[in-house]
Amino acid sequence: MTTHYLVLSALLFSIGAIGVLIRRNAIVVFMCVELMLNAANLALVAFARMHGNLDGQIIAFFVMVVAAAEVVVGLAIIVTIFRTRRSASVDDVNLLKY
Amino acid sequence: MTSLLAAAPAAEIAQASGGVLGLSWLMIALPLAGAAILLVGGRRTNSFGHLLGTAMSLASFVVAVLAFFELLGRTAEQRRVGVELFDFIPAGQLDVKMGLLIDPLSISFALLITGVGSLIHIYSIGYMSHDPDRRRFFSYLNLFVAAMLLLVLADNYVGLYIGWEGVGLASYLLIGFWQFKPSAAVAAKKAFIVNRVGDFGLAIGIFTLFATFGTVAYGPIFEHADKASTGILTAVGLLLLLGACGKSAQLPLQSWLLDAMEGPTPVSALIHAATMVTAGVYLITRSNPIFDGAPTAQLAVAIVGAATLLAGAIIGCAKDDIKKALAGSTMSQIGYMMLAAGLGPAGYAIAIAHLITHGFFKAGMFLGAGSVMHAMNDDVNMRKYGGLRKVMPITFITFGLGYLAIIGFPGFAGYFTKDLIIEAAFGQEGVRGYLLGGAALLGAAITAFYMSRLMFMTFFGEKRWDKDAHPHESPPVMTWPLILLAIGSVGGGAFLVLGDRFIHFLEPVVGKPENHHGFNPVAPVGLITLVLVAAGVALAWVMYGRRPVPVEAPRGSFLTVFARRDLYGDAINESLLMRPGQWLTRFAVFFDNRGVDGLVNGLAAGVGGTSGRLRRLQTGFARSYALSMFFGAAIVAGALLLVGNL
Amino acid sequence: MGEQITFWVLAVVSVAAALGLVFNRKAVYSAIMLAVVMLSLAALYAVQDAPFLAVVQIIVYTGAVLMLFLFVLMLVGVDSSDSLVETIRGQRFLAAVVGLGFAVLLILGIGNVLVVGEPSLTAATQEAGGNVPALARLIFQRHVFAFEVTSALLITAALGAMVLAHRERTTPRPTQKDLARARFLGPQPTPLPGPGTYARHNAVDMPALLPDGSVSLLSVNPTLARHEVEGDTPATTPEAREAAVLLVAAEDREEPAAEAGEETRTAGEAEARAEADAEAPAAAARPEEETK
Repeated sequence: MTTHYLVLSALLFSIGAIGVLIRRNAIVVFMCVELMLNAANLALVAFARMHGNLDGQIIAFFVMVVAAAEVVVGLAIIVTIFRTRRSASVDDVNLLKY
Repeated sequence: MTSLLAAAPAAEIAQASGGVLGLSWLMIALPLAGAAILLVGGRRTNSFGHLLGTAMSLASFVVAVLAFFELLGRTAEQRRVGVELFDFIPAGQLDVKMGLLIDPLSISFALLITGVGSLIHIYSIGYMSHDPDRRRFFSYLNLFVAAMLLLVLADNYVGLYIGWEGVGLASYLLIGFWQFKPSAAVAAKKAFIVNRVGDFGLAIGIFTLFATFGTVAYGPIFEHADKASTGILTAVGLLLLLGACGKSAQLPLQSWLLDAMEGPTPVSALIHAATMVTAGVYLITRSNPIFDGAPTAQLAVAIVGAATLLAGAIIGCAKDDIKKALAGSTMSQIGYMMLAAGLGPAGYAIAIAHLITHGFFKAGMFLGAGSVMHAMNDDVNMRKYGGLRKVMPITFITFGLGYLAIIGFPGFAGYFTKDLIIEAAFGQEGVRGYLLGGAALLGAAITAFYMSRLMFMTFFGEKRWDKDAHPHESPPVMTWPLILLAIGSVGGGAFLVLGDRFIHFLEPVVGKPENHHGFNPVAPVGLITLVLVAAGVALAWVMYGRRPVPVEAPRGSFLTVFARRDLYGDAINESLLMRPGQWLTRFAVFFDNRGVDGLVNGLAAGVGGTSGRLRRLQTGFARSYALSMFFGAAIVAGALLLVGNL
Repeated sequence: MGEQITFWVLAVVSVAAALGLVFNRKAVYSAIMLAVVMLSLAALYAVQDAPFLAVVQIIVYTGAVLMLFLFVLMLVGVDSSDSLVETIRGQRFLAAVVGLGFAVLLILGIGNVLVVGEPSLTAATQEAGGNVPALARLIFQRHVFAFEVTSALLITAALGAMVLAHRERTTPRPTQKDLARARFLGPQPTPLPGPGTYARHNAVDMPALLPDGSVSLLSVNPTLARHEVEGDTPATTPEAREAAVLLVAAEDREEPAAEAGEETRTAGEAEARAEADAEAPAAAARPEEETK
């Protein structure tokens, strides 16, 4: 049973990673990152049950807290950038190139 | 190691304790100071430069004469006097103390150098009177005299080498004295470079001596010479021979001497006739303990001498340039000296005796040629001379006396010394004796031929002068040295040879020759020589004295062309050495440009190209970077999986 | 047994929703898909003896974080949609390859995981008297330092967001007097007619009528008009439709290029126009001063 959860977690993580690579809207990219974090949380909870102690749940809890803080700041950044550049596309920050 | 000497040279070298011998370093210092003053002073010394130079040379001669009499005042065993000067290179094991060795050999040379040198200085006052650079000429002459004296007076091989290089430098400066003439500059360069090949041999020889004996001073080396192996002595002997060949213009390094005639005639007289070219003979005679211990090297010396004397004689036959004919003659006569020096103790003293007499008559003939050129507007082509004896009597008489000396006319200088050489050559055992003696005999005949040819073309026959040539006798400042040198040509040989005077004089240095029976006027060899000489003169009379000499040089037979081209010496040098050298340099340049530069530049280009391609990874898009990171993470996961930790 | 069914159903749902999140054109749809994923994950937590985490997932993650996403989406552009054209060459292909490869590697690795015994948390939670007390015990005893640090982090994050979102006024706030003056100097001194004035319907998209009976284009909502013209939303009445067509035609005559096919900028311009309206009096005053 645990392995099922872990496989699901791996799948969700990979899908989130592909989403980060493919999408151009900054907010959607951010959402894919949240998806990856959630997948990691799932794996943690599954392992907690497997090992029989609650450390995995604690870590998942803290992951949630930190993810929330990260979302707050990240979205504030996106809004600020959007105000000046009128664009939320990730590809627009491409000046540091050859 | 058995010694071939019947009596060993005086081993003990006394030390000079003041007196004339203690001041013998003045011989070198005075001309050196003269050269320095004239060179540093520059144009300000133009007015008295020639007089200062001549005065220095004469002062050096006076010191030499005083030292000579001082030496005569001693007994034979005490005739080798060392004069310590200073520590030159005190470098651990290599401790070179500079000092002088005044002994019969060095004092003979010193007298010759300063005496003939001073006469040539006086002659140059007149000869170079129209030249604006006369002061520089005298400074170089003084430099030469100083260096040559250092060469012969030094008591160690390093001092000899310094003098060796010094005379090479002076020769270069003087051959190329008329710098504006490209031919002179080229000739000076050629002389220097060919000499350098010989110097290389000499230097390696000195290194070997130091490695074997731990010192470069004559005394210790010659004392222990018989303790070294024959192989080492032979190697050193051959290396010293190479050095001597360079300086004395012997085969195979003879190509520079004829080109050196580009310099002013006093230079040709002093350097390339009387003194510098004899330095090789000096070297071999001075190193006689080494050569006596290496018979193979001695044989090499004799063979080189014999070959060169024939080559020089043949070349001299076909030259229309009076100076080049005399240069060929010089090459040939030095060949005689080398031949004698290669005969061992039997020949050293004879070689030096011939060297001294040669110094007189050859310098005299060169100065005479200079006088003739001076009269004929510096034209050297003998085909434009003819019938000069009536117009220039003093020159004709002095030149003629020198001519008689060189061909070996009985009673004149060359008769005594050259005949001794031929006899000593025949005196060698076996086939060697016949070959060497035969070569010397043949050489005498050819010498008689070409010198007579020179005389007939220049002083006898019809006048073939140019329209604007007004030949006249030279001024006294030029004719008096001629007269003095002619006296030496006449009486020098008899003075040295009769009574074995010179042979005894040199005994402390070279030892007593075995089986020497003194000079025999009616020895069979001597008579044959006279017959051959007469035949040579007669042939020259028939070809050049009786028939009119064509002004334009005729095409000539194969032998004539062969001799005109210096026996193809230059052609051989070019094809054997020069062209391969050029190809080598071209190949080196090619290799450097393509190979080394190609490697370096190619590396740089490679780096540049690679970085140019690599920088395309920096697209600036965050998503590409995210892809690279993800790719890396995948690789790490795969690696962990492989290792088994995942 | 129940767990198995729950797992399989929710697994399929969450994977489908994740794929929907990644491959959707409209950003708002992606946000809704994310909400679906989070809710199904909450259910999975509940099934795995983590009730506290399940509730926290719903309240914090779905309720707060996701709503924050939606708010920002509204700020940035609700109808913003990515174009399908990929600008970076090979990105999609490589992303697919690497992503699939990574997934395969992870799953293969999971195959090596050794499962010990029967997984159950009852032993751990029983002695503390339930899941929540056990968690509380752990947080406030063993991990209290991490707890304090994360609270500091939260405070910092809030402050940071405030700082980032704050906008300094570069011009003084226009007072009532400034606004009134600008209004009278501007093109339209009277308030704009509300929609539906003198009309027979009070729908939002009904235009106002001028005294002579013609449609006042000022009263038509441009956004609604454009949606109606493009067929996204149906007009309430034929009159509303006519007015919408008129307004869109008038706008297209003025700026034909600017409005069509925008990606994420339409609402941005709406916001810009709203801002510009507020600052127009001051801006209008300045060029007047410059031209003097």
